[in-house]
Amino acid sequence: MPDLLLDVRNLTVATAEARKGDGKRKILVDGVSFALRRRNVLGLIGESGAGKSTIGLTALGYCRPGVEATGGEVRFDGRDILALPEAERSRLRGSRVAYVAQSAAGSFNPAYTLGEQVIEAAVCHGVLSRSEALERAQELFALLGLPEPREFLHRYPHQVSGGQLQRAMTAMALCPRPDLIVFDEPTTALDVTTQIGVLLAIRKAIEATGVAALYISHDLAVVAQIADDILVLRHGKTVEYGSAEQIIDAPREDYTRRLVGIHGKAGPQAREPGAAVLSVQDVSMSYRSGPAVLSGVSLELLPGQTLALVGESGSGKSSLGRVLCGLTPASDGTILFHGTPLALRLQRRTKDELRRLQIINQSPDVALNPRQTVETIVGRPLTFYFGTRGAERRQRVAELLRQVELDPSFMARYPAALSGGEKQRVCIARALAAKPEAIICDEPTSALDPLVAQGVLALLSRLQGETGVSLLFITHDIHIVRSIADSIAVMHQGKIVRAGTARSVLSPPFDPETARLLSAVPEMELGWLDRWSALRLGASPVSLPAAGHRP
Amino acid sequence: MRKLPRPTFAAGLGLGVLALSVIVALFAPFLAPHGLNDVVGGNWEPPSRTALLGTDNLGRDLLSRLIYGTRVTLFVATLATVLAFLLGGFTGFIAGVFGGWIDLVLGQLNDLLMSLPTLIFALVVLSVLPSGVVVIVSVMALLDSTRVFRISRSLATDIAAMDYIEAARVRGERLGWILWREVLPNAFSPLLAEFGLRLVFAILFLSTLSFLGLGIQPPSTDWGSLLKENKDGIVFGGWAGLVPGAAIALLATAVNAVVDWVLDWTTDVGRVRADA
Repeated sequence: MPDLLLDVRNLTVATAEARKGDGKRKILVDGVSFALRRRNVLGLIGESGAGKSTIGLTALGYCRPGVEATGGEVRFDGRDILALPEAERSRLRGSRVAYVAQSAAGSFNPAYTLGEQVIEAAVCHGVLSRSEALERAQELFALLGLPEPREFLHRYPHQVSGGQLQRAMTAMALCPRPDLIVFDEPTTALDVTTQIGVLLAIRKAIEATGVAALYISHDLAVVAQIADDILVLRHGKTVEYGSAEQIIDAPREDYTRRLVGIHGKAGPQAREPGAAVLSVQDVSMSYRSGPAVLSGVSLELLPGQTLALVGESGSGKSSLGRVLCGLTPASDGTILFHGTPLALRLQRRTKDELRRLQIINQSPDVALNPRQTVETIVGRPLTFYFGTRGAERRQRVAELLRQVELDPSFMARYPAALSGGEKQRVCIARALAAKPEAIICDEPTSALDPLVAQGVLALLSRLQGETGVSLLFITHDIHIVRSIADSIAVMHQGKIVRAGTARSVLSPPFDPETARLLSAVPEMELGWLDRWSALRLGASPVSLPAAGHRP
Repeated sequence: MRKLPRPTFAAGLGLGVLALSVIVALFAPFLAPHGLNDVVGGNWEPPSRTALLGTDNLGRDLLSRLIYGTRVTLFVATLATVLAFLLGGFTGFIAGVFGGWIDLVLGQLNDLLMSLPTLIFALVVLSVLPSGVVVIVSVMALLDSTRVFRISRSLATDIAAMDYIEAARVRGERLGWILWREVLPNAFSPLLAEFGLRLVFAILFLSTLSFLGLGIQPPSTDWGSLLKENKDGIVFGGWAGLVPGAAIALLATAVNAVVDWVLDWTTDVGRVRADA
């Protein structure tokens, strides 16, 4: 094949040093092979730890410190770049192969203008002269849909939004006219609605420049919009490799089927309503001298039910969660718990009131004290609220861990020795330990891989069935909402714009904000992005794409 | 917590010196061959059988005085550093955890105190107040606590932004639990490193004060005072002045080496694994 650009054969990557335990080197990538032709896009997909970033970096002839390629070949344009001397490889990087990192914010130097950084590689490698590079940067900015390309050159990283920064980084990669770009989760750190714009811009740029790309993501729905071929990875091994159509429409492997299946789950069965556990009436909140963060919010959370609070970031949904637990007191309004008013300020609430309303945070990494063992973390609410101590406490902690599907042997561990999903389960166990009547879940799965997140969601549903606890589920992910919510409230700019049962909120006709949220989530379907952008550009009344997935 | 690693060579030496100093300080009266103020010969005599390190400016045994001096130097420096950490650490944590006007007031007071040149402030206060160990320790602790405040405040500010502190507050935990059980364990290793550093500075600062005549007063003595008494001997070829100076340098270096080693161990606990 003359247009074969990147040919990876039997690539194996391992840690450079043996592990202390068994004296073996940890294998990160195990015998992976794939081929990428010019102008094509290959999607690498897998959970964290699947080795997808490691593979992406070897395409640059680079391994992270402490890691080395131990076998196989990475043939770039006919030459095995793993065998090249380091000087030769670094000449390739930034001129023929470029890299777009996940966190653009962390990859730009805040002290230089964007223009300076975008053209740096091209000028440095002598591909373009300075003035040519500046001109090309402007063209690329325009291509990527950035406003006022000339002005944009002189901006500093902190002056532009996250989505714009990610586009600027794509421009940086494209500037020296490379043959191959490695995109390492370029939209993961972005908001749903921003993500879609960036994805569209990246695809347009790939098409316009004819560059080949490796697109790394954990979100199959995103990859499906952009890739010609998809390689599914797990634990460093190839699970399935095929065309995008085949992977999405006819996955052969069980694991792929599960990945595809995440987005198409059926809704929950209706439950019996009763008197509201938590009732929010006309709550408003603003920070000192700022505009209102929440204005006139009213909600009802029924016993044993799940109320999903959705909205894009900045809509005030997390603020409402904080107001409900009293961390940031509301400036106005009433919060009723079983019909009795709760103090707006945390410090004024009684211990029992605090116990009955628990919270699960977004990022389990910072929600657990790294210097406390799991036993202390889960056991503390038991001692604090119920005075349980000693052997009895140990027994309760073990029970709670079993309830969240963790082995009681986890008790002695510190959070650093837990995975993301395990940490979130510990957070759930800690919340359950207080025997709460309502739990506020603030995006509890957004920091997790999709399959892990699905497990956590299933766990929450099961626990709700067992304990009858009510959940207020704050999220921006419509797929989650569909699979767990009994009722839904949509927030926009601090107001509830739409509320009701899940069925009624998710059925047309939509108000603009709900339609936007629904339509901005990539569906597990090929060609969705095309239809979405056609709809957008056509400015027709927005309708819900891929209605087939509605339960 | 995982087990302490084997000490490095420097840490081993440091531990040895530190242990020796502590033993010498504890058992000074048994170890010293002569009394603190016993005259055993002429001034600035070279080492002999009766005075192993020679004699000082008044003909007293230098070794015995050095041994008694260890006691005072270590005791005063350690006590001052501990007090500085209690005061600065507590106020720093309060400022960091609460933020707002409490942080502002404490921070401004601290800046005010820090803006005064340390040595001049200490000299003025010590020359006005009656001399005594209590006053010296208090002044040293107060001055040192401003540095500790800065560090513990910034540590606590970072830690207070973590969700687990929020989780504790939502649970209804009292201030004591939050400071003692949630914040302190996470601030422990940087504070430990700072403790070592501040201890070194305290040893040096006390020696400076004594050298200038405002620290430990006769008949009691410390290393700084010994240096002051014997510095003139250097002119006449007597080396008595070098001995306390070397002791100060040795102890300061030893504490540093030990802290380096302990720090390796504490920072490892709870560190996130660098998996691919």
